[in-house]
Amino acid sequence: MTDAPAIVTRDLAKRYGSIQALAGLTMTIPRGAVFGFLGPNGAGKTTAVKLLLGLATPTSGSGEILGHPIGERASRRRVGYLPELFRYQGWLTAREVLALHCELAGIDHAAWQREIEDALAVVGLSDRGASRVGTFSKGMQQRLGLGVALLGSPEVVLLDEPTSALDPVGRHDVREIIRTLRERGVTVFLNSHLLSEVEQVCDRVIIVDHGKIIADGTLDELLRTDTVRLRVNDLPRDGVAQLASFGKITEEGEWLVVRAVDAERVPELVAAIVRMGGRVYAVEPKHESLEDRFLRLLEGS
Amino acid sequence: MLVLTIARLTVLEMLRRKLFLVLLGLTLLVVAFTSWGFGQITTIGTRPITRVEQVAVVSQLLILVGFMFSFTLAFSAVFAGAPSLSGDVESGTALAILARPISRAEFVLGKWLGVVITILVYALPTTAFQLFMVDRIVQYVPPHPLEFVGFIALEGTVALTLALALSTRLAGMVGGVVALILWGVAWIGGIVGGVGLALSNTTATHVGTATRLILPTDGMWRGAVWALEPEGIIAATRSAGAAVASNPFFAADPPDPLYLAWTIAWIAAGLGVAIWSFSRREV
Repeated sequence: MTDAPAIVTRDLAKRYGSIQALAGLTMTIPRGAVFGFLGPNGAGKTTAVKLLLGLATPTSGSGEILGHPIGERASRRRVGYLPELFRYQGWLTAREVLALHCELAGIDHAAWQREIEDALAVVGLSDRGASRVGTFSKGMQQRLGLGVALLGSPEVVLLDEPTSALDPVGRHDVREIIRTLRERGVTVFLNSHLLSEVEQVCDRVIIVDHGKIIADGTLDELLRTDTVRLRVNDLPRDGVAQLASFGKITEEGEWLVVRAVDAERVPELVAAIVRMGGRVYAVEPKHESLEDRFLRLLEGS
Repeated sequence: MLVLTIARLTVLEMLRRKLFLVLLGLTLLVVAFTSWGFGQITTIGTRPITRVEQVAVVSQLLILVGFMFSFTLAFSAVFAGAPSLSGDVESGTALAILARPISRAEFVLGKWLGVVITILVYALPTTAFQLFMVDRIVQYVPPHPLEFVGFIALEGTVALTLALALSTRLAGMVGGVVALILWGVAWIGGIVGGVGLALSNTTATHVGTATRLILPTDGMWRGAVWALEPEGIIAATRSAGAAVASNPFFAADPPDPLYLAWTIAWIAAGLGVAIWSFSRREV
Protein backbone atom coordinates (compact mmCIF):
# COMPACT_ATOMS: atom_id res chain seq x y z
CA MET A 1 0.00 0.00 0.00
CA THR A 2 2.79 2.42 0.89
CA ASP A 3 4.24 2.25 -2.63
CA ALA A 4 0.89 2.82 -4.30
CA PRO A 5 0.59 5.93 -6.46
CA ALA A 6 -1.05 8.94 -4.87
CA ILE A 7 -4.12 8.78 -7.12
CA VAL A 8 -5.25 6.26 -9.70
CA THR A 9 -8.46 6.36 -11.71
CA ARG A 10 -9.72 3.93 -14.33
CA ASP A 11 -12.48 5.05 -16.68
CA LEU A 12 -14.01 7.08 -13.87
CA ALA A 13 -17.30 8.48 -15.14
CA LYS A 14 -20.18 10.47 -13.74
CA ARG A 15 -23.50 11.21 -15.35
CA TYR A 16 -26.19 13.53 -13.93
CA GLY A 17 -29.34 12.71 -15.88
CA SER A 18 -28.57 13.55 -19.48
CA ILE A 19 -25.37 15.44 -18.63
CA GLN A 20 -22.08 13.58 -18.80
CA ALA A 21 -20.11 15.44 -16.12
CA LEU A 22 -17.06 13.20 -16.40
CA ALA A 23 -16.46 10.73 -19.21
CA GLY A 24 -13.95 7.99 -18.45
CA LEU A 25 -11.11 9.68 -16.56
CA THR A 26 -8.05 7.45 -16.51
CA MET A 27 -4.94 8.78 -14.81
CA THR A 28 -2.12 7.80 -12.49
CA ILE A 29 -0.59 10.49 -10.33
CA PRO A 30 2.69 9.53 -8.71
CA ARG A 31 3.57 10.62 -5.22
CA GLY A 32 5.27 13.94 -4.74
CA ALA A 33 4.01 15.58 -7.92
CA VAL A 34 2.16 18.85 -8.21
CA PHE A 35 -0.57 17.99 -10.62
CA GLY A 36 -2.70 20.53 -12.44
CA PHE A 37 -6.22 19.62 -13.44
CA LEU A 38 -7.30 22.20 -15.96
CA GLY A 39 -10.44 22.92 -17.82
CA PRO A 40 -13.05 25.56 -18.52
CA ASN A 41 -16.06 26.02 -16.23
CA GLY A 42 -18.28 22.93 -16.32
CA ALA A 43 -15.51 20.69 -17.68
CA GLY A 44 -15.89 18.16 -14.86
CA LYS A 45 -13.01 19.23 -12.60
CA THR A 46 -14.97 19.57 -9.36
CA THR A 47 -16.94 16.41 -10.18
CA ALA A 48 -13.66 14.50 -10.45
CA VAL A 49 -12.50 15.79 -7.04
CA LYS A 50 -15.84 14.91 -5.43
CA LEU A 51 -15.65 11.39 -6.86
CA LEU A 52 -12.12 10.98 -5.51
CA LEU A 53 -13.29 11.99 -2.01
CA GLY A 54 -16.45 9.89 -1.98
CA LEU A 55 -18.65 13.00 -1.90
CA ALA A 56 -20.31 11.75 -5.08
CA THR A 57 -20.65 8.21 -6.42
CA PRO A 58 -19.25 7.33 -9.85
CA THR A 59 -21.65 6.08 -12.50
CA SER A 60 -18.91 3.71 -13.64
CA GLY A 61 -15.19 3.16 -13.30
CA SER A 62 -13.01 2.97 -10.22
CA GLY A 63 -10.14 4.69 -8.49
CA GLU A 64 -7.80 4.64 -5.53
CA ILE A 65 -6.14 7.18 -3.29
CA LEU A 66 -2.90 5.97 -1.71
CA GLY A 67 -3.93 2.42 -2.62
CA HIS A 68 -7.37 2.54 -1.00
CA PRO A 69 -10.52 2.37 -3.17
CA ILE A 70 -12.24 5.74 -3.40
CA GLY A 71 -15.36 5.99 -1.27
CA GLU A 72 -13.80 3.92 1.54
CA ARG A 73 -13.03 5.70 4.78
CA ALA A 74 -9.33 4.65 4.59
CA SER A 75 -8.92 6.51 1.29
CA ARG A 76 -9.58 9.83 3.08
CA ARG A 77 -7.31 9.22 6.08
CA ARG A 78 -4.19 10.97 4.73
CA VAL A 79 -5.90 13.51 2.51
CA GLY A 80 -6.36 17.26 2.89
CA TYR A 81 -9.08 19.03 0.91
CA LEU A 82 -9.99 22.62 0.19
CA PRO A 83 -13.42 22.67 -1.49
CA GLU A 84 -14.28 25.13 -4.23
CA LEU A 85 -17.34 26.04 -2.14
CA PHE A 86 -15.42 26.72 1.06
CA ARG A 87 -17.74 27.30 4.01
CA TYR A 88 -16.85 26.71 7.62
CA GLN A 89 -18.97 26.96 10.74
CA GLY A 90 -19.50 30.70 11.23
CA TRP A 91 -20.33 30.25 14.92
CA LEU A 92 -16.91 28.68 15.64
CA THR A 93 -13.61 30.50 15.95
CA ALA A 94 -10.84 29.72 13.46
CA ARG A 95 -9.01 27.71 16.14
CA GLU A 96 -12.19 25.75 16.92
CA VAL A 97 -12.68 24.91 13.22
CA LEU A 98 -9.10 23.65 13.04
CA ALA A 99 -9.56 21.66 16.29
CA LEU A 100 -12.72 20.09 14.86
CA HIS A 101 -10.78 18.95 11.79
CA CYS A 102 -7.91 17.69 13.95
CA GLU A 103 -10.48 15.49 15.69
CA LEU A 104 -12.13 14.38 12.44
CA ALA A 105 -8.74 13.60 10.89
CA GLY A 106 -7.80 11.43 13.87
CA ILE A 107 -4.77 13.53 14.83
CA ASP A 108 -3.31 12.71 18.25
CA HIS A 109 -4.75 15.19 20.77
CA ALA A 110 -1.28 16.06 22.08
CA ALA A 111 -0.36 17.42 18.64
CA TRP A 112 -3.46 19.58 18.12
CA GLN A 113 -2.04 22.77 19.57
CA ARG A 114 1.06 22.65 17.39
CA GLU A 115 -0.93 21.62 14.30
CA ILE A 116 -3.42 24.46 14.79
CA GLU A 117 -0.81 27.15 15.41
CA ASP A 118 1.30 25.93 12.46
CA ALA A 119 -1.72 25.95 10.15
CA LEU A 120 -2.71 29.46 11.25
CA ALA A 121 0.86 30.71 10.74
CA VAL A 122 1.22 29.14 7.29
CA VAL A 123 -1.99 30.75 6.00
CA GLY A 124 -1.35 34.08 7.73
CA LEU A 125 -4.20 33.98 10.26
CA SER A 126 -2.25 33.74 13.52
CA ASP A 127 -3.71 37.01 14.77
CA ARG A 128 -7.31 35.96 13.95
CA GLY A 129 -7.33 32.50 15.52
CA ALA A 130 -9.75 33.58 18.26
CA SER A 131 -12.17 35.34 15.88
CA ARG A 132 -15.47 33.82 14.84
CA VAL A 133 -15.35 32.55 11.25
CA GLY A 134 -18.61 34.39 10.61
CA THR A 135 -16.66 37.66 10.81
CA PHE A 136 -14.12 36.57 8.16
CA SER A 137 -13.97 37.89 4.60
CA LYS A 138 -14.19 35.34 1.78
CA GLY A 139 -10.44 35.52 1.29
CA MET A 140 -9.82 34.83 4.98
CA GLN A 141 -12.24 31.90 4.89
CA GLN A 142 -10.36 30.49 1.91
CA ARG A 143 -7.08 30.88 3.80
CA LEU A 144 -8.65 29.07 6.75
CA GLY A 145 -9.81 26.31 4.38
CA LEU A 146 -6.26 25.93 3.16
CA GLY A 147 -5.09 25.66 6.77
CA VAL A 148 -7.72 22.98 7.38
CA ALA A 149 -6.44 21.06 4.32
CA LEU A 150 -2.86 21.13 5.64
CA LEU A 151 -3.63 19.69 9.10
CA GLY A 152 -1.98 16.43 10.08
CA SER A 153 0.71 16.38 7.37
CA PRO A 154 -1.47 14.84 4.65
CA GLU A 155 0.17 12.80 1.88
CA VAL A 156 -2.27 14.06 -0.74
CA VAL A 157 -3.75 17.56 -0.83
CA LEU A 158 -6.65 18.33 -3.17
CA LEU A 159 -7.13 22.02 -3.79
CA ASP A 160 -10.21 23.02 -5.76
CA GLU A 161 -9.73 26.53 -7.13
CA PRO A 162 -7.66 27.50 -4.06
CA THR A 163 -7.13 31.15 -4.97
CA SER A 164 -10.58 32.09 -6.27
CA ALA A 165 -11.18 34.58 -3.42
CA LEU A 166 -7.60 35.71 -2.83
CA ASP A 167 -5.82 38.95 -3.66
CA PRO A 168 -2.44 38.87 -5.50
CA VAL A 169 -0.54 38.56 -2.21
CA GLY A 170 -2.74 35.65 -1.20
CA ARG A 171 -2.20 33.97 -4.56
CA HIS A 172 1.55 34.32 -4.20
CA ASP A 173 1.32 32.82 -0.69
CA VAL A 174 -0.64 29.84 -2.01
CA ARG A 175 1.98 29.21 -4.70
CA GLU A 176 4.68 29.27 -2.02
CA ILE A 177 2.68 26.85 0.12
CA ILE A 178 2.31 24.48 -2.84
CA ARG A 179 6.06 24.64 -3.52
CA THR A 180 6.77 23.87 0.15
CA LEU A 181 4.41 20.90 -0.02
CA ARG A 182 6.25 19.59 -3.09
CA GLU A 183 9.56 19.88 -1.23
CA ARG A 184 8.06 17.77 1.56
CA GLY A 185 7.02 15.11 -0.96
CA VAL A 186 3.30 15.84 -0.66
CA THR A 187 1.21 15.19 -3.75
CA VAL A 188 -0.84 18.23 -4.69
CA PHE A 189 -3.85 17.94 -6.97
CA LEU A 190 -4.56 21.48 -8.10
CA ASN A 191 -7.92 22.02 -9.69
CA SER A 192 -7.93 25.34 -11.46
CA HIS A 193 -8.81 27.38 -14.48
CA LEU A 194 -6.16 29.99 -13.66
CA LEU A 195 -3.54 29.03 -16.20
CA SER A 196 -0.73 31.24 -14.94
CA GLU A 197 -1.12 29.69 -11.50
CA VAL A 198 -0.87 26.18 -12.93
CA GLU A 199 2.01 27.11 -15.19
CA GLN A 200 4.04 28.39 -12.25
CA VAL A 201 3.69 25.45 -9.87
CA CYS A 202 2.62 22.28 -11.67
CA ASP A 203 4.85 19.43 -12.81
CA ARG A 204 2.17 17.77 -14.87
CA VAL A 205 -1.14 18.82 -16.30
CA ILE A 206 -4.32 17.16 -17.49
CA ILE A 207 -6.71 19.31 -19.49
CA VAL A 208 -10.36 18.27 -19.53
CA ASP A 209 -13.30 19.56 -21.46
CA HIS A 210 -16.87 18.29 -21.52
CA GLY A 211 -15.82 15.55 -19.11
CA LYS A 212 -13.06 14.18 -21.35
CA ILE A 213 -9.27 14.41 -21.22
CA ILE A 214 -8.06 16.43 -24.19
CA ALA A 215 -4.38 16.69 -23.20
CA ASP A 216 -2.11 15.05 -20.65
CA GLY A 217 1.59 15.50 -19.99
CA THR A 218 4.33 17.51 -18.38
CA LEU A 219 4.25 21.23 -19.07
CA ASP A 220 7.30 20.83 -21.30
CA GLU A 221 5.59 18.11 -23.31
CA LEU A 222 2.39 20.08 -23.64
CA LEU A 223 3.93 23.41 -24.53
CA ARG A 224 6.83 22.27 -26.65
CA THR A 225 6.54 23.16 -30.34
CA ASP A 226 8.57 22.25 -33.40
CA THR A 227 9.92 25.79 -33.54
CA VAL A 228 13.46 26.89 -32.57
CA ARG A 229 14.79 30.43 -32.13
CA LEU A 230 18.46 31.22 -32.73
CA ARG A 231 20.25 34.51 -32.05
CA VAL A 232 22.73 34.75 -34.87
CA ASN A 233 25.17 37.42 -36.10
CA ASP A 234 27.33 37.62 -39.22
CA LEU A 235 25.19 35.29 -41.33
CA PRO A 236 25.91 35.82 -45.09
CA ARG A 237 23.20 37.44 -47.23
CA ASP A 238 22.10 34.16 -48.82
CA GLY A 239 22.48 32.30 -45.53
CA VAL A 240 18.76 32.04 -44.81
CA ALA A 241 18.13 30.58 -48.28
CA GLN A 242 20.86 27.98 -47.74
CA LEU A 243 19.16 26.85 -44.51
CA ALA A 244 15.75 26.31 -46.13
CA SER A 245 16.04 22.52 -45.95
CA PHE A 246 15.83 22.67 -42.12
CA GLY A 247 12.37 24.26 -42.01
CA LYS A 248 10.44 27.42 -42.64
CA ILE A 249 12.71 30.30 -41.62
CA THR A 250 11.82 33.87 -40.78
CA GLU A 251 14.03 36.67 -39.46
CA GLU A 252 12.86 38.59 -36.40
CA GLY A 253 15.59 41.20 -35.74
CA GLU A 254 18.74 39.35 -34.80
CA TRP A 255 16.71 36.18 -34.20
CA LEU A 256 16.13 33.46 -36.76
CA VAL A 257 12.88 31.58 -36.15
CA VAL A 258 12.89 28.10 -37.69
CA ARG A 259 9.46 26.42 -37.78
CA ALA A 260 8.68 22.76 -38.48
CA VAL A 261 12.22 21.77 -37.64
CA ASP A 262 13.07 18.18 -36.67
CA ALA A 263 14.49 18.37 -33.12
CA GLU A 264 17.19 15.83 -34.08
CA ARG A 265 18.49 18.19 -36.80
CA VAL A 266 18.97 21.24 -34.53
CA PRO A 267 22.72 20.51 -33.91
CA GLU A 268 23.15 20.10 -37.66
CA LEU A 269 21.40 23.46 -38.19
CA VAL A 270 23.77 25.19 -35.76
CA ALA A 271 26.78 23.56 -37.45
CA ALA A 272 25.60 24.77 -40.88
CA ILE A 273 25.25 28.36 -39.60
CA VAL A 274 28.75 28.23 -38.10
CA ARG A 275 30.20 26.81 -41.35
CA MET A 276 28.75 29.81 -43.20
CA GLY A 277 30.59 32.14 -40.77
CA GLY A 278 27.59 32.89 -38.61
CA ARG A 279 28.07 33.38 -34.84
CA VAL A 280 25.43 31.65 -32.69
CA TYR A 281 24.76 33.29 -29.30
CA ALA A 282 21.60 31.45 -28.27
CA VAL A 283 19.48 28.49 -29.31
CA GLU A 284 16.14 27.98 -27.58
CA PRO A 285 13.06 25.90 -28.26
CA LYS A 286 10.05 28.12 -28.62
CA HIS A 287 7.29 27.19 -26.16
CA GLU A 288 3.67 28.04 -26.53
CA SER A 289 2.10 29.79 -23.58
CA LEU A 290 -0.23 27.53 -21.63
CA GLU A 291 -3.06 29.89 -22.46
CA ASP A 292 -2.44 29.60 -26.22
CA ARG A 293 -2.17 25.82 -25.98
CA PHE A 294 -5.26 25.62 -23.79
CA LEU A 295 -7.35 27.71 -26.17
CA ARG A 296 -6.12 25.76 -29.18
CA LEU A 297 -7.02 22.47 -27.48
CA LEU A 298 -10.48 23.71 -26.56
CA GLU A 299 -11.10 24.85 -30.12
CA GLY A 300 -10.17 21.39 -31.37
CA SER A 301 -12.12 19.43 -28.77
CA MET B 1 -16.35 8.54 18.71
CA LEU B 2 -16.92 10.76 15.69
CA VAL B 3 -20.67 10.48 16.44
CA LEU B 4 -19.97 12.35 19.67
CA THR B 5 -17.81 14.89 17.81
CA ILE B 6 -20.70 15.75 15.48
CA ALA B 7 -23.20 15.68 18.37
CA ARG B 8 -21.06 18.14 20.34
CA LEU B 9 -20.76 20.38 17.28
CA THR B 10 -24.55 20.29 16.82
CA VAL B 11 -25.26 21.20 20.45
CA LEU B 12 -22.71 24.02 20.24
CA GLU B 13 -24.38 25.30 17.10
CA MET B 14 -27.79 25.35 18.81
CA LEU B 15 -26.37 27.22 21.80
CA ARG B 16 -24.30 29.72 19.83
CA ARG B 17 -27.06 30.50 17.37
CA LYS B 18 -29.08 31.68 20.39
CA LEU B 19 -32.32 30.06 19.16
CA PHE B 20 -32.16 27.66 22.07
CA LEU B 21 -31.60 30.39 24.63
CA VAL B 22 -34.44 32.49 23.21
CA LEU B 23 -36.76 29.47 23.35
CA LEU B 24 -35.70 28.67 26.89
CA GLY B 25 -36.19 32.27 27.98
CA LEU B 26 -39.66 32.52 26.43
CA THR B 27 -40.72 29.20 27.93
CA LEU B 28 -39.61 30.22 31.41
CA LEU B 29 -41.61 33.42 30.96
CA VAL B 30 -44.70 31.36 30.05
CA VAL B 31 -44.10 29.09 33.06
CA ALA B 32 -43.93 32.10 35.37
CA PHE B 33 -47.06 33.60 33.82
CA THR B 34 -49.13 30.37 33.98
CA SER B 35 -47.95 29.68 37.53
CA TRP B 36 -49.17 33.12 38.57
CA GLY B 37 -52.47 32.28 36.84
CA PHE B 38 -52.85 29.03 38.80
CA GLY B 39 -52.46 31.05 42.00
CA GLN B 40 -55.41 33.24 40.99
CA ILE B 41 -57.89 30.33 40.97
CA THR B 42 -59.21 30.79 44.49
CA THR B 43 -62.95 31.24 43.98
CA ILE B 44 -65.83 29.90 41.92
CA GLY B 45 -68.24 32.76 41.50
CA THR B 46 -68.21 34.41 44.89
CA ARG B 47 -67.53 31.38 47.07
CA PRO B 48 -64.07 30.05 47.85
CA ILE B 49 -62.97 27.04 45.78
CA THR B 50 -62.81 23.69 47.58
CA ARG B 51 -59.65 21.58 47.46
CA VAL B 52 -61.33 18.92 45.30
CA GLU B 53 -62.49 21.56 42.83
CA GLN B 54 -59.08 23.21 42.80
CA VAL B 55 -57.33 19.91 41.99
CA ALA B 56 -59.84 19.23 39.21
CA VAL B 57 -59.39 22.69 37.63
CA VAL B 58 -55.62 22.86 38.07
CA SER B 59 -55.11 19.34 36.68
CA GLN B 60 -57.07 20.14 33.53
CA LEU B 61 -55.36 23.50 33.06
CA LEU B 62 -52.02 21.76 33.53
CA ILE B 63 -52.92 19.41 30.68
CA LEU B 64 -53.48 22.45 28.45
CA VAL B 65 -50.10 23.87 29.52
CA GLY B 66 -48.65 20.40 28.84
CA PHE B 67 -50.05 20.67 25.32
CA MET B 68 -48.18 23.93 24.92
CA PHE B 69 -44.99 22.11 25.92
CA SER B 70 -45.80 19.27 23.55
CA PHE B 71 -46.41 21.68 20.67
CA THR B 72 -43.36 23.85 21.38
CA LEU B 73 -41.17 20.79 21.70
CA ALA B 74 -42.44 19.22 18.48
CA PHE B 75 -42.12 22.56 16.69
CA SER B 76 -38.56 23.09 17.96
CA ALA B 77 -37.56 19.51 17.17
CA VAL B 78 -38.89 19.85 13.63
CA PHE B 79 -37.22 23.18 12.95
CA ALA B 80 -33.95 22.08 14.53
CA GLY B 81 -33.97 18.75 12.69
CA ALA B 82 -35.23 19.82 9.28
CA PRO B 83 -32.23 21.97 8.24
CA SER B 84 -29.63 19.96 10.15
CA LEU B 85 -28.44 17.92 7.16
CA SER B 86 -29.82 19.82 4.18
CA GLY B 87 -28.50 23.12 5.57
CA ASP B 88 -24.95 21.75 5.82
CA VAL B 89 -25.15 20.36 2.30
CA GLU B 90 -26.61 23.55 0.82
CA SER B 91 -24.14 25.86 2.56
CA GLY B 92 -21.17 23.66 1.73
CA THR B 93 -20.02 23.08 5.32
CA ALA B 94 -20.67 19.36 4.83
CA LEU B 95 -18.01 19.16 2.09
CA ALA B 96 -14.98 19.65 4.31
CA ILE B 97 -16.40 17.39 7.06
CA LEU B 98 -17.49 14.49 4.85
CA ALA B 99 -14.13 14.53 3.04
CA ARG B 100 -12.63 13.41 6.36
CA PRO B 101 -12.53 9.73 7.39
CA ILE B 102 -16.06 9.82 8.78
CA SER B 103 -18.95 7.68 7.57
CA ARG B 104 -22.28 9.14 6.56
CA ALA B 105 -23.90 7.03 9.32
CA GLU B 106 -21.67 8.66 11.96
CA PHE B 107 -22.55 12.09 10.61
CA VAL B 108 -26.32 11.45 10.67
CA LEU B 109 -26.24 9.78 14.11
CA GLY B 110 -24.15 12.65 15.48
CA LYS B 111 -26.62 15.23 14.17
CA TRP B 112 -29.57 13.27 15.60
CA LEU B 113 -27.91 12.81 18.97
CA GLY B 114 -26.99 16.51 19.13
CA VAL B 115 -30.56 17.65 18.51
CA VAL B 116 -31.96 15.02 20.93
CA ILE B 117 -29.60 16.27 23.65
CA THR B 118 -30.68 19.85 22.95
CA ILE B 119 -34.35 18.86 23.15
CA LEU B 120 -33.81 17.08 26.46
CA VAL B 121 -31.81 20.00 27.85
CA TYR B 122 -34.78 22.19 26.91
CA ALA B 123 -37.63 19.87 27.95
CA LEU B 124 -36.34 18.54 31.27
CA PRO B 125 -35.68 21.80 33.16
CA THR B 126 -38.64 23.70 31.74
CA THR B 127 -41.24 21.00 32.48
CA ALA B 128 -39.66 20.30 35.87
CA PHE B 129 -39.79 24.02 36.64
CA GLN B 130 -43.46 24.19 35.58
CA LEU B 131 -44.43 21.26 37.82
CA PHE B 132 -42.35 22.66 40.67
CA MET B 133 -44.04 26.07 40.42
CA VAL B 134 -47.54 24.54 40.37
CA ASP B 135 -46.64 22.49 43.44
CA ARG B 136 -45.33 25.59 45.23
CA ILE B 137 -48.35 27.74 44.39
CA VAL B 138 -51.31 25.35 44.66
CA GLN B 139 -49.66 22.31 46.30
CA TYR B 140 -50.58 20.01 43.42
CA VAL B 141 -48.32 17.36 41.87
CA PRO B 142 -49.72 15.35 38.93
CA PRO B 143 -49.80 11.58 39.45
CA HIS B 144 -46.97 10.64 37.02
CA PRO B 145 -44.62 13.65 36.52
CA LEU B 146 -41.62 11.63 35.30
CA GLU B 147 -43.74 9.74 32.79
CA PHE B 148 -45.11 13.07 31.53
CA VAL B 149 -41.59 14.34 30.79
CA GLY B 150 -40.67 10.99 29.23
CA PHE B 151 -43.69 10.94 26.91
CA ILE B 152 -43.27 14.47 25.61
CA ALA B 153 -39.52 13.90 25.16
CA LEU B 154 -40.37 10.78 23.12
CA GLU B 155 -42.89 12.77 21.10
CA GLY B 156 -40.22 15.38 20.37
CA THR B 157 -37.74 12.66 19.42
CA VAL B 158 -40.21 11.10 16.96
CA ALA B 159 -40.84 14.54 15.40
CA LEU B 160 -37.10 15.21 15.21
CA THR B 161 -36.38 11.83 13.60
CA LEU B 162 -39.05 12.47 10.99
CA ALA B 163 -37.62 15.94 10.24
CA LEU B 164 -34.06 14.58 10.06
CA ALA B 165 -35.08 11.84 7.63
CA LEU B 166 -36.81 14.45 5.44
CA SER B 167 -33.71 16.66 5.75
CA THR B 168 -31.63 14.08 3.88
CA ARG B 169 -33.50 14.96 0.68
CA LEU B 170 -35.56 18.12 1.19
CA ALA B 171 -34.48 21.73 1.77
CA GLY B 172 -34.78 22.83 5.41
CA MET B 173 -37.92 24.93 5.09
CA VAL B 174 -39.74 22.34 2.95
CA GLY B 175 -38.80 19.47 5.25
CA GLY B 176 -39.86 21.48 8.31
CA VAL B 177 -43.26 22.35 6.88
CA VAL B 178 -43.88 18.76 5.73
CA ALA B 179 -42.91 17.37 9.14
CA LEU B 180 -45.15 19.86 10.95
CA ILE B 181 -48.11 19.06 8.69
CA LEU B 182 -47.58 15.34 9.35
CA TRP B 183 -47.46 16.06 13.10
CA GLY B 184 -50.79 17.89 12.79
CA VAL B 185 -52.28 15.10 10.66
CA ALA B 186 -51.24 12.56 13.32
CA TRP B 187 -52.93 14.67 16.02
CA ILE B 188 -56.15 14.92 13.98
CA GLY B 189 -55.86 11.22 13.16
CA GLY B 190 -55.81 10.49 16.89
CA ILE B 191 -58.99 12.54 17.35
CA VAL B 192 -60.66 10.77 14.42
CA GLY B 193 -59.74 7.44 16.01
CA GLY B 194 -61.30 8.62 19.31
CA VAL B 195 -64.45 9.75 17.53
CA GLY B 196 -64.56 6.34 15.84
CA LEU B 197 -64.46 4.66 19.27
CA ALA B 198 -67.13 6.98 20.64
CA LEU B 199 -69.45 6.32 17.68
CA SER B 200 -68.44 2.67 17.23
CA ASN B 201 -67.36 3.56 13.69
CA THR B 202 -64.85 0.92 12.56
CA THR B 203 -63.45 2.96 9.64
CA ALA B 204 -62.73 6.03 11.78
CA THR B 205 -61.22 3.82 14.48
CA HIS B 206 -58.94 2.18 11.91
CA VAL B 207 -57.90 5.61 10.58
CA GLY B 208 -56.89 6.57 14.12
CA THR B 209 -54.98 3.33 14.65
CA ALA B 210 -53.20 3.69 11.30
CA THR B 211 -52.11 7.29 11.93
CA ARG B 212 -50.87 6.38 15.42
CA LEU B 213 -48.78 3.61 13.90
CA ILE B 214 -47.52 5.64 10.94
CA LEU B 215 -46.47 8.56 13.16
CA PRO B 216 -46.59 7.90 16.92
CA THR B 217 -46.49 11.55 18.03
CA ASP B 218 -50.16 11.68 19.05
CA GLY B 219 -49.80 8.34 20.82
CA MET B 220 -47.03 9.84 22.96
CA TRP B 221 -49.12 12.97 23.59
CA ARG B 222 -51.93 10.76 24.90
CA GLY B 223 -49.37 9.16 27.23
CA ALA B 224 -48.41 12.62 28.49
CA VAL B 225 -52.10 13.44 29.09
CA TRP B 226 -52.58 10.21 31.04
CA ALA B 227 -49.53 11.10 33.17
CA LEU B 228 -51.17 14.41 34.19
CA GLU B 229 -54.66 13.06 34.75
CA PRO B 230 -55.66 12.54 38.46
CA GLU B 231 -57.24 9.18 39.35
CA GLY B 232 -60.44 10.92 40.50
CA ILE B 233 -60.94 12.60 37.12
CA ILE B 234 -60.23 9.34 35.28
CA ALA B 235 -62.77 7.47 37.39
CA ALA B 236 -65.39 10.19 36.99
CA THR B 237 -64.84 10.47 33.23
CA ARG B 238 -64.90 6.72 32.62
CA SER B 239 -68.49 6.71 33.79
CA ALA B 240 -69.34 8.95 30.85
CA GLY B 241 -68.76 5.94 28.56
CA ALA B 242 -66.98 5.63 25.20
CA ALA B 243 -67.75 9.24 24.20
CA VAL B 244 -64.77 10.57 26.17
CA ALA B 245 -62.39 8.85 23.77
CA SER B 246 -62.97 11.68 21.30
CA ASN B 247 -61.46 14.25 23.69
CA PRO B 248 -57.81 14.84 22.69
CA PHE B 249 -57.08 16.21 26.17
CA PHE B 250 -58.15 13.08 28.03
CA ALA B 251 -56.55 9.63 28.33
CA ALA B 252 -57.74 7.04 30.80
CA ASP B 253 -54.86 4.60 30.23
CA PRO B 254 -51.15 4.83 29.50
CA PRO B 255 -49.95 3.62 26.08
CA ASP B 256 -49.63 -0.14 25.82
CA PRO B 257 -46.03 -1.37 26.39
CA LEU B 258 -46.21 -2.90 22.93
CA TYR B 259 -47.05 0.52 21.49
CA LEU B 260 -44.12 2.03 23.39
CA ALA B 261 -41.88 -0.65 21.87
CA TRP B 262 -43.34 0.23 18.46
CA THR B 263 -42.47 3.91 19.05
CA ILE B 264 -38.88 3.04 19.94
CA ALA B 265 -38.68 0.78 16.87
CA TRP B 266 -40.19 3.61 14.77
CA ILE B 267 -37.41 5.97 15.91
CA ALA B 268 -34.76 3.35 15.12
CA ALA B 269 -36.30 2.69 11.71
CA GLY B 270 -36.56 6.43 10.99
CA LEU B 271 -32.88 6.81 11.81
CA GLY B 272 -32.10 3.84 9.58
CA VAL B 273 -33.98 5.46 6.70
CA ALA B 274 -32.17 8.76 7.31
CA ILE B 275 -28.76 7.03 7.26
CA TRP B 276 -29.66 5.00 4.15
CA SER B 277 -30.95 8.07 2.34
CA PHE B 278 -28.05 10.36 3.30
CA SER B 279 -25.47 7.71 2.40
CA ARG B 280 -26.78 7.86 -1.15
CA ARG B 281 -26.95 11.62 -1.31
CA GLU B 282 -24.29 13.41 -3.30
CA VAL B 283 -22.94 16.53 -1.63
